[in-house]
Amino acid sequence: MQANTPHIDQSIDSDKKALLAQLQRAILPLQGIRSPLQTHTVENGLGTINDAFPNGTFPLGAVHEFVSTGAESFAATSGFIAGLTSCIINNNGIVVWVSTARTAFPLAFQHFDIEPDRIIFIDLKKEKDALWVVEETLKCEHVAAVVGEIQQMDFNQSRRLQLAVEKSRVTGFIIRKDAKKITPSACVTRWQIQSLPSELPNDMPGVGFPRWQVELLKVRNGKPGAWIIEWSTGQFRLIDRELKTVSLSSTQAKERYA
Amino acid sequence: MPKRYVSIWFRYLLTDRSARHAPQLNKTPFVLVAPERGRMMIVAANALAQKENIDAGMVLADAKAVFPTLQYKDAKPGLEMVLLHNLAELCIRYGPVVAIDLPDGLILDATGCAHLWGGENAYLQDITNRFRRLGYYVHVAIADTIGKAWAFARFVSSGNVIDDETTMLLSLPPASLRIENSTIERLQKLGIRQIRELVNIPRPALRRRFGHLLLQRLDQALGQEQEFIQPVQPVEVFEERLPCLEPISTARGIEIALTRLLDTLCERLYKQQKGVRTAIFKCYRIDGKVEQIEIGTSRASHNAPHLFKLFELKIDTIEPALGIELFILQAPKVDDIIIPQEKLWNGTSGLLDPGIAELIDRIEGKIGPGHIHRYLPAEHHWPERSIQPATSLDDTPLIPWRTDKPRPIQLLSVPEKIAVTAPIPDYPPMQFNYKGKLHKVAKADGPERIEREWWIDKGLHRDYYVVENEQGQRYWLFRLGHYDEEDKPEWYVHGFFA
Repeated sequence: MQANTPHIDQSIDSDKKALLAQLQRAILPLQGIRSPLQTHTVENGLGTINDAFPNGTFPLGAVHEFVSTGAESFAATSGFIAGLTSCIINNNGIVVWVSTARTAFPLAFQHFDIEPDRIIFIDLKKEKDALWVVEETLKCEHVAAVVGEIQQMDFNQSRRLQLAVEKSRVTGFIIRKDAKKITPSACVTRWQIQSLPSELPNDMPGVGFPRWQVELLKVRNGKPGAWIIEWSTGQFRLIDRELKTVSLSSTQAKERYA
Repeated sequence: MPKRYVSIWFRYLLTDRSARHAPQLNKTPFVLVAPERGRMMIVAANALAQKENIDAGMVLADAKAVFPTLQYKDAKPGLEMVLLHNLAELCIRYGPVVAIDLPDGLILDATGCAHLWGGENAYLQDITNRFRRLGYYVHVAIADTIGKAWAFARFVSSGNVIDDETTMLLSLPPASLRIENSTIERLQKLGIRQIRELVNIPRPALRRRFGHLLLQRLDQALGQEQEFIQPVQPVEVFEERLPCLEPISTARGIEIALTRLLDTLCERLYKQQKGVRTAIFKCYRIDGKVEQIEIGTSRASHNAPHLFKLFELKIDTIEPALGIELFILQAPKVDDIIIPQEKLWNGTSGLLDPGIAELIDRIEGKIGPGHIHRYLPAEHHWPERSIQPATSLDDTPLIPWRTDKPRPIQLLSVPEKIAVTAPIPDYPPMQFNYKGKLHKVAKADGPERIEREWWIDKGLHRDYYVVENEQGQRYWLFRLGHYDEEDKPEWYVHGFFA
């Protein structure tokens, strides 16, 4: 009897694991994340970053939250979002850009492979209107992606947005401009993007491709992390250099924003 | 029901029309002229000119010899057709079927209409008065055939109902039969002064001498042969009405009424391949007030649920008070709809997707117009002018988007002034102070000189630099004008790169 115990333990162990994995798979759809079979996957060049997400793909049909601290980090954030969006919209999708004080320059989006005439900018005066417009556009399945520059958003409002996209499968990007007032939200991910010095091969002079430190502060059912990413020749490129400050900054940030 | 026809004869159609625009012409002999074989021929003369024996068909020079102060104007060819068409549309109030009777008349099918005006006499009087007010002198007559009405309008005094129509017709001259001038002349030569005399001649003899037309006209006038008219199509009004038995005062009730009206209107529009651009929903309250809400769409639509959504945002502004007894839905502006071909493969049709137009309508309906922008490339190098707003969703770029020069993803609408250290001419600055923070420039590209468009505005050119500070933040700076040792030029930050 006693000789058999470890074997039984093992089988219980593997049963448990299988059960847990099965439960995990059952929970994901309940949380609004569909398996890649149900939604088309994106070829985005994000490489190993994809492992951080549930099911191993960038979650489409979800709301992503971006934290930005100033004009410069806001520019980096919009660049990263533009890159992600160009992967999402395939060939003919429409992007809606909602803001209350817009500085986004349409001409630059061509550098991120989005034809600027396929972006519809909605400029509003009131924050309340902006939230309504974001929710309304997220409900419309004819739109490929929605970018909203929103400062104030409480948990209920973010929940509404997330519920809207779970039905319509539109991907939403919310940029929180004022990082001091970040409150808990129902968004699937929370990111922070900072510019990094660009590099040109052979130490050539001049400014190179945009390069960012991309921090995934929070991801539901995934593993947060930090990476260095460059946007070059129409796709993301993961820079292999190990980021020294990863764990520190991301945990710090987690404490700050969770 | 016996048929009744009204013939309206505009005796001075063209000159009356000219006098409407210049009333002083009514007080003097006045003619309209047109060139014909190198001479100016009179094509229309007003009543005063006709009193002076000046009439259409005369040469203008002859007429001026008779009456030297004769006023004249060039006639517009084809004007009478347009005029008569407009007048015919005006006459639809008197009967649903109105036809143009060239060159100067209208025919109305007035069967079963006259009693609404209180009898045929009042009916004819109303028509005469209406045109008199508009400045047109008309003769009207009513009869049981088109031929008789035509004859009475032109050969019997206007505005009276004739008791014994056939006897009256028989006493009229043959010219009242709408026949060719040559036939009229020959009949006159033969001494036939009244239609009565014609009727007594054997038909084969008439046909042999005067052709088929005379007999046909005679039969038509006497009602022995049917005559058909080509009615003028009125402009269709897209309007639906819903009267209520009980006054409605709840929001739910209004919604039901609106849905029902929208469904019928959209079905009509769908059949005609048209769509609503603007729509008005009117609620007539029992206390006599009218509440109305209006919507507009960015692209013609006959999608009832979508139009309902647009109205829904405004339904709560309707004040039903004691109740609404009548709902009217009007579409004053409709456009043709181009139904896009459905795609076999899976993919969106981009901006042509009706869903996008509907989304924009919903947003505009809620927050008002002027908030939604889409941009197209413009042929300017000056950054602020390098994009232009698109006027509609269907606009496509006429020139390709440029990618050869770096442009920042965030552009400040007004460049912000900065303090810089730039020791070498035409080199990027070594460091700059922006918002109280010192940035040391690590990498830089430039300059890219953008000249000011002197034909649009005046000022100095800009030399743009892309710079990256030591933290890796990328800026778009420019120097206004040339580098100058004594007179330090101003530097600005204009945007941020990703």
